[in-house]
Amino acid sequence: MKKEVLRVENVGMKFNLMEKKVDDLKDYVIKFLKRELRYQEFWALRDISFTLNEGDRLGILGLNGAGKSTLLKIIAGVLKATEGDISIKGKIVPLLELGAGFDKQYTGAENIYLYGAVLGYSKDFIREKYDEIVEFSELGDFIDVPVKNYSSGMRARLGFSIATIVEPEILILDEVLSVGDAKFRKKSEKKIKSMFDKGVTVLFVSHSIEQVRRLCDRAILLEKGRLVASGSVKEVSRIYEEKINS
Amino acid sequence: MNRIWSNFKKYRFLLVELVKKDIKLKYRRSYLGILWTLLEPLLTTAVLTLVFGNLLGKGGRTFPVYILTGRLLYTFFSGSTKAAMKSIRKNSGMIKKVYVPKYIYPFSTVLSNYVIFLISLVVLFGAAIVFDIKPTWHIFQSIIPLFLLLVLALGAGMILSTLAVFFRDLEYLWSVALMLVMYTCAIFYHVEDLKLGSRVWIFNFNPLYLIILNFRNAVFGKPMDMEALMISGAFSFASLLFGIIFFYKQQDKFIMNI
Repeated sequence: MKKEVLRVENVGMKFNLMEKKVDDLKDYVIKFLKRELRYQEFWALRDISFTLNEGDRLGILGLNGAGKSTLLKIIAGVLKATEGDISIKGKIVPLLELGAGFDKQYTGAENIYLYGAVLGYSKDFIREKYDEIVEFSELGDFIDVPVKNYSSGMRARLGFSIATIVEPEILILDEVLSVGDAKFRKKSEKKIKSMFDKGVTVLFVSHSIEQVRRLCDRAILLEKGRLVASGSVKEVSRIYEEKINS
Repeated sequence: MNRIWSNFKKYRFLLVELVKKDIKLKYRRSYLGILWTLLEPLLTTAVLTLVFGNLLGKGGRTFPVYILTGRLLYTFFSGSTKAAMKSIRKNSGMIKKVYVPKYIYPFSTVLSNYVIFLISLVVLFGAAIVFDIKPTWHIFQSIIPLFLLLVLALGAGMILSTLAVFFRDLEYLWSVALMLVMYTCAIFYHVEDLKLGSRVWIFNFNPLYLIILNFRNAVFGKPMDMEALMISGAFSFASLLFGIIFFYKQQDKFIMNI
């Protein structure tokens, strides 16, 4: 029996949308006096439940606006679910928007410490792994140049190198990484594959059924915030294809 | 409670990194660097002394030091609360993508301002020597108002940063409020010189004034004003407590508003 690493129970996410966005006090008071403060409730997710065991690789399928990113953000801890529970055992590494935590005026070297701290690593740990990160990112002397002068590929390479320096229990991937040039892409795919082989649990979001089939063994399908199918990747992707084609 | 503490420990390094970043970047761009922090209060104090000391004929020999103490503390308070107010919006990119305890942004902003403020106290030290103010053992009292100042700024920073997420135009309102705070801080006049009697009620409602009062007592070798200490202490800790609770209650709604 494999260990359970992630349990999502009846998770729902409600957004309060104002018909017109009110984000200053003046508008708020005027709208309040005219009694125009109306909120529209909108459930981005409702009644989502599933569990993942160690080594499961789950693909999350769905059209735009189905709630895939919202679900990933809830699991990653960025959003807090309105209802339901999530329990996680182990370290999560979200490989989403690599380099989002960089400060552009900081050099690459300084950003290694900053971004590492954002991901919750300790100072000693980052110092220990510093050379490894620089080497993997292939930035060489550019590591002492402010990040604002980096190309987007260089930025993503550095972000990837920092984020994957730990051995996570759960890996969150949004689309397959297209990081840097062909050579680096190969290297990053190899690194992710090696994590797969070590039995990491994966959550993967993609529009491409083909990619999901290649990488995952299980899948769920979301539609307008609800879970409509769950099971083996074969079954679920077949249902998804039918939905697209119908 | 335990969970909050272990989370704090985990992200302590991030707090240090953010404080360091603020300070480093502030001085990397300016040629005069840290010198500017020291020069700026000196210049404004010179202006204020000229206007209120020489032209209006108030004060006395040590009036510049009197002004400088008030100026330094007020500048820290206004600068740090303004910066903390914007901190959540400024870091919205990160907040939307990676999990980080959000209080870390207003906290680190106030702390980095506090470090710069402590450095700027060197100026006061210099001025005290020039104007021949002999330090007495009362100078050790200054730790207490300086600590209360930090607590007050943290509390106000938490409250303002939360409100500013929902109301963008709060910045303007706070500038006006700060003006009131400034004029009731007795930065460039003596309260005793006012026609209204020794201490009008409004001064008792300005914790920053009471903090400045006790700081001045320490610098000028006078005993602590206990009433002022009690009121400012109560004010500071109440604002921090309220700020933390308010922030925690609202923080899950931040993402939808930034």
